[in-house]
Order: sequence, then structure tokens, then C-alpha cells
Amino acid sequence: MTFDTLYFDIGRLDRLSYRDTFVHRLDPRAKVIATMLFLFTVISFPKYEVIALTPFFLYPVLLLTVGEIPVRFMIRKIIVVSPFAVFIGIFNPILDTRTAAVIFGVALSAGWISFLSILMKFALTISAALLLIATTSFPGVCHALRRLGFPALFVSQLLFLYRYLFVLMEEAMRVIRAREMRSFGTRNTGIKVSVRLIGILFLRTVDRAERIYYAMLSRGFQGDIPTLKRSHIALSDLLFLAVMIAYLGAFRFFPITEEIGRVALELF
Amino acid sequence: MHMADALLSPAVGTTLWAGTVAVGGYASKKLKERIDDRMIPLMGVLGAFIFAAQMINFTIPGTGSSGHLGGGMILAIILGPQAAFLVMASVLTVQALFFADGGLLALGCNIWNMGFYPCFLVYPLIYKPLIRDSQNSGRIVAASLVSAIAALQLGAFSVVMETLLSGNSELPFGAFVLLMQPIHLAIGVIEGFVTAGVINYVQSARPELLGNIAAVSSLGAGISLRKVMITFVVLAVIMGGALSWFASTHPDGLEWSIEKVTGKGELREAERGIARVLKGIQEKTAFLPDYGFKPEGNDLKKAEAASAWPGIKAGTSVSGIVGAVIVLGMIVLIGMGIRSFRGRDA
Repeated sequence: MTFDTLYFDIGRLDRLSYRDTFVHRLDPRAKVIATMLFLFTVISFPKYEVIALTPFFLYPVLLLTVGEIPVRFMIRKIIVVSPFAVFIGIFNPILDTRTAAVIFGVALSAGWISFLSILMKFALTISAALLLIATTSFPGVCHALRRLGFPALFVSQLLFLYRYLFVLMEEAMRVIRAREMRSFGTRNTGIKVSVRLIGILFLRTVDRAERIYYAMLSRGFQGDIPTLKRSHIALSDLLFLAVMIAYLGAFRFFPITEEIGRVALELF
Repeated sequence: MHMADALLSPAVGTTLWAGTVAVGGYASKKLKERIDDRMIPLMGVLGAFIFAAQMINFTIPGTGSSGHLGGGMILAIILGPQAAFLVMASVLTVQALFFADGGLLALGCNIWNMGFYPCFLVYPLIYKPLIRDSQNSGRIVAASLVSAIAALQLGAFSVVMETLLSGNSELPFGAFVLLMQPIHLAIGVIEGFVTAGVINYVQSARPELLGNIAAVSSLGAGISLRKVMITFVVLAVIMGGALSWFASTHPDGLEWSIEKVTGKGELREAERGIARVLKGIQEKTAFLPDYGFKPEGNDLKKAEAASAWPGIKAGTSVSGIVGAVIVLGMIVLIGMGIRSFRGRDA
């Protein structure tokens, strides 16, 4: 993936967060807490667990559909970041070859099961994180973190980064385009030129920071970035959190999936 | 390389998060005491700069593949350790949220691996002593190179330890280390050269700039190394305590690194213990009642293998699979239902 698409992807994720659905309207704090609980629950499953993980796909699917997030875009984003987990996980089937189960005459090794478990955990955790941004917006998450007690310095740091990410990426893109046009098809030039470019970019960045600082000073900046948007925990937020905790707890501590299967088998 | 959520256990994730939050709290407290307001926009914009700089990639000599800047070292040199740590933390947070690089639980690990080592270990202990306020460009190159390599080696080794302690991967310690360290040696060399190049360029183009920033943050000279070290020692004791806990439960605890099979058992046992202390979650792992709760640590793996799969009644595992298929089918139906309902609405 080139950085051009990366850039446009950030923009797209950002735009998705300005929709107005039930999920988008929930308080950011509730969504941050729910996401962390979700991640913790998923990760807490032992290494050979596959079946009990399946009900947890309900949460991302609900967010996707109720929040009207394009499925294909999300799947593509998940696949793009998968190499590390896949690369490390793929050694499990190779190294752990004990037969764990025989399903329909095919022997399944324990390694494949733990690999599948890693892949499922991967899909669940990554989609939860991406969906948090896609339904909450980055500034929303930042202000939620501020209210949850994160240091003001760190939060304003995040907000600044986000605000100038687009500006500086555009600047870098202009630089890259200029270089490409002058290098006649050799896509990457040597390390020396790149270092110069980064250096120039750095100088411009520092100058920009200076201008930003004076602009902010003249508007009464005192070291913290306040928000005008008043957010309060509504009944729906508490309800959302309660349902979330019940859902996570139920599927974490009780073998519901297996029960459903048993009942189904008895019926037929 | 970013640590991933999927490879992480709750115990390891929480420990590293705790460490990261402690260091982050310390850094922002320290910064707040002496910071000039103008540092705040500068730090934020430099974070964005790291992203932009990563877009400029270059051909790695001799290989034809391309690399880009990581950023930890360059930030530490320009901003000093505390501010650099916070900027690095924010860069990694944005990467975790927007690019899903790593994930939110692994974010603690990633900030630790890519922020703590360059800013609080390598910068004060390697870069500073080597550079000694010199502005000689050769010295800058040498110091940056050594520092970047050291920082990346520490980070890579951390990824190995975090993955292995989490116990989701079957990779044996030796092979994993042999896989990770050389790759990161190469990355470190490049990172070092780029860092030195940028610092030297800025030094020659705008020599006053580096000094100014250091003066504004007033961290250049008066870093309280002692306090940094105390924090580190405290954290090391906490981490060491966690590690020795399982070492003492299993006297031959270190052999896990060589003997994969028995070692894994001990590891899982230890992690289970910590997790139980933390959350008590494991008490209720109801699906496989005797799964992982055997007191005999060394036979755990075998016991687990025996009880988890073949030992279980065939009917149970079939019903599990049937249940999983039904649940997934229901989720897909729910999703499609909502989607079509919404579609009609719109």
C-alpha cells in the first residue's frame, strides 16, 4: 500500500465518524470503555479457544451495520495490517503438530487450532479499534481520554498531532511528487536525497509550529485545549455499557455456543 | 515492528500498559514543571512530522527494498527524553487507532518498545555520553548509529519476550531471537544514518534551532537522570517480581526458552496465576473445566492436550462446532437484516 492510499484512508475513516447514527451518538467515554472491555475479554481466552470466540463477532458486526460503516473498506484495512500476526502465528501449525481432533476424517493439529484462534483474535481486536475511530472520531476519543483522567499534556499532544497530520502529509506528498517528477521513473532515490528532504520537511515543520504558537497565543492559549462540546452520560450510554458487560460476561464465562450446538443436535 | 493484540495475553498486556502509563505520567509531570507553552504545539506538530517523514521512503543500498524513518531516536535528540516519549506515545496511538498497527491492548507494549528504550535508556545512557555537546558531524553520525541500533535491538528483543511470555505463539525462543534481531540490526543501521543525516542537516542549515528547542524545553542540560533511573529500577523490580514469581513456582523456569514443550506449560501456568490474581477470570473458564488448572505445572501441556481435545467426549466438540456455525450464521443474518432494514430506511 502506498502512502497516498494510506493518506486517503485516514481521511475516509475520519469522514465516517461524522455520520449520525445511534452508535455515533453514544458518548465517546462509553465507547472507549466498551472497546477496552471487549478487547480484554477477547484476549483473555486461552490459546486453543476457537468456538467460544465466535459470538464476539456480533459486536463488530453490530457496529458496522448500525453505524453504517462500509464492510469492504474495513476488511481491506484489517487485511493490510495482518502480516505480523500471520507471520508469527503461522509457525504454530509447523511447530505444534500434535493431533488435537479428527473432524470428518481429517486430522486437525493443535497448531492449526491455535493459529485459527490467533487469526480470530486478530480480526476481533483490530476491527474493534478501527470501529471505535470510525464511529467516534479521533477528537471525540481524545476528549474522552481527557475526561477519563489522561494527562492534559498528552491529550493536547494527540489533538495537535491529528490536526497537523493532514497538513504535513500533504506537504510531504508535494515533496515526493516533485522528486518523482524529476527522477525519471526511478521511484525511490538514494538515502542521501531522502535525508535532505526529511531535513527540509523538519525545518518547515518547526517554522510552522512557531506560527501556530503565535496564532494560538493571540487567541488566548493557556496550555490546554478545551472543548465547547458538552457531553454528558445519557441513559442510553449507561444502557449500552450495561448490555455490553452482560454480553461480554455471558459469552466469556458460560459455554453458550456449545449449548446452542448441543440443543440443535438434539433437535435433529 | 509493532506488537499485535492477537499474540498478547492479558497479563503481559496489562503489565506493559502499567509500565507505559507510569512512565507517561512521570514524563508529563516532569514536563509540566518546566515546559514553555510553545513546546505544546511544537511537540504536536513534530508528531505529525514523523508521519510525514515516514512517507518519504528511500532505497536501502544493496537490497532494492525501501525503508523509512521510525522516529524515536530523532525525537529524543531534538526534544529531550520526556517530551520525545510523549510525542512517540501519541504517534503510536494514532497508528494504533487509524492504521490498526498493533492494536489498543498492545499499545502499551509498543509505546514501551519504541518510546521508552530510545528516550529513557538509549538517549541518556548511550547518546548523551557519546556526543558530549559536540557538534562534530562525524561524532553525531557515530552516536546516532550506535543509539539507533541499540534502541531497535532492545525493542525487538522486547517483542520476542512479550510474545513468548504471552504464550500464544509456538516459536521457540532461540529461533525467534535469530529471526528478529538481525532484521532489526539492518533497520537500526538505516535509522541511525537517517537520524544522523537529518540532525546534521539541521545543524548546518539552522544551527540555532536545536539549541533553541533544547533551551525552550530546558531539558537539554538538566535532565534528572537519577529520577529516570529510579523510575526504571522500580519498574524493573515490578517486572522482575512478576518474572521471578513464575521462576520460583517452577525452579527450572528458564528452560522454557530451550525446551519448548515443557516450557510452554510453565509459562501458561504462570500467566494463568497472574491473570487470576488480576481478574479472577480464569476461575470461570467453564468450557473446558479442567483446562489449565492442573497444579502439576510440568505436565500441564500434556494434560491440556489430553484433556482439551481427544479426552473430551466426541459429542461435546461436535456440538461446539455446530454451535459456532449457528452463532456465526446468526451474526451474519443479524448484520444483513440491519443492513437491509437501514437500506430501506434511507
